[in-house]
Amino acid sequence: MKRGITILAVVTSILLCVALYLALAQPDWPFGTPTERTMGYVQRIFYYHVPSAWTAFLLFFVNLGASIVYLVRRSEKADIVALVSAEVGVVFCTVVLVTGPIWAKPVWGIWWDADDIRLQSTLVMWLVYVSYLILRRLSTSSVTAVIAAVVSILGALLVPFVFFSIWFYRTQHPSPVIAHGGSLDPRMAVVLLVNWAAFLSLAGLVCWTRYRLEVAKREVDETQALESLMETSR
Amino acid sequence: MNPDPHNYYLIAAYLAAWVIHGAYLGILVRKYQKIRREMKTLEKQGGQ
Repeated sequence: MKRGITILAVVTSILLCVALYLALAQPDWPFGTPTERTMGYVQRIFYYHVPSAWTAFLLFFVNLGASIVYLVRRSEKADIVALVSAEVGVVFCTVVLVTGPIWAKPVWGIWWDADDIRLQSTLVMWLVYVSYLILRRLSTSSVTAVIAAVVSILGALLVPFVFFSIWFYRTQHPSPVIAHGGSLDPRMAVVLLVNWAAFLSLAGLVCWTRYRLEVAKREVDETQALESLMETSR
Repeated sequence: MNPDPHNYYLIAAYLAAWVIHGAYLGILVRKYQKIRREMKTLEKQGGQ
């Protein structure tokens, strides 16, 4: 188990370094990445913004799957996977919500467009998952995990809406660049995919570590509860 | 790098992303230390 985490940590570090180099490499550097003509270098925020969003979406789907499994089987492992995926998903979604406005300012001239459905729905989705985490942290009821699983299923309904909103609504947000006839330069697509691989690897590493931490925490909590029961019965 | 003033936005975005990930890793390290402390306390209590 420890060896697996070490290997994943090494792979993640290498991938992140390569991804960062490719994302910043000038066109005349070895394996350089072309610079977008209209936006210039600031377009390279795309290599962090988009893979972070994809990773967050994926983690929210893992959260949905684990929540359904928990509701059906009442499996503690599924409950932990749901908690961990939501937590790490919120971290990646926070990156999306922070890097987006930093990209929008020089390109659109504003930090945030209140009429843009993609921006608003992403913020609402983030708030739903933050509420889910707050609920899990503050509530000590025996049915917390069940309520949280239901909240996560409702929250997951937002994920496809956020993802497809740019297809169905006219927004300032850029259209998809890979699927549906996107016009992304193949060299840029490679850099985008390398960055996504690096972020997926990072997400996997963090989820694995956080899962083990949660298992240990629950074991400690159970032992403490047993100890205090024994103390009172003495 | 190109002396384009918009580069500051690029650097700010990349830094922000790493600050967010770093902050979360910091929270995990603190959680780990807390659990380790609690485990040691339980081990001591079990030994008594």
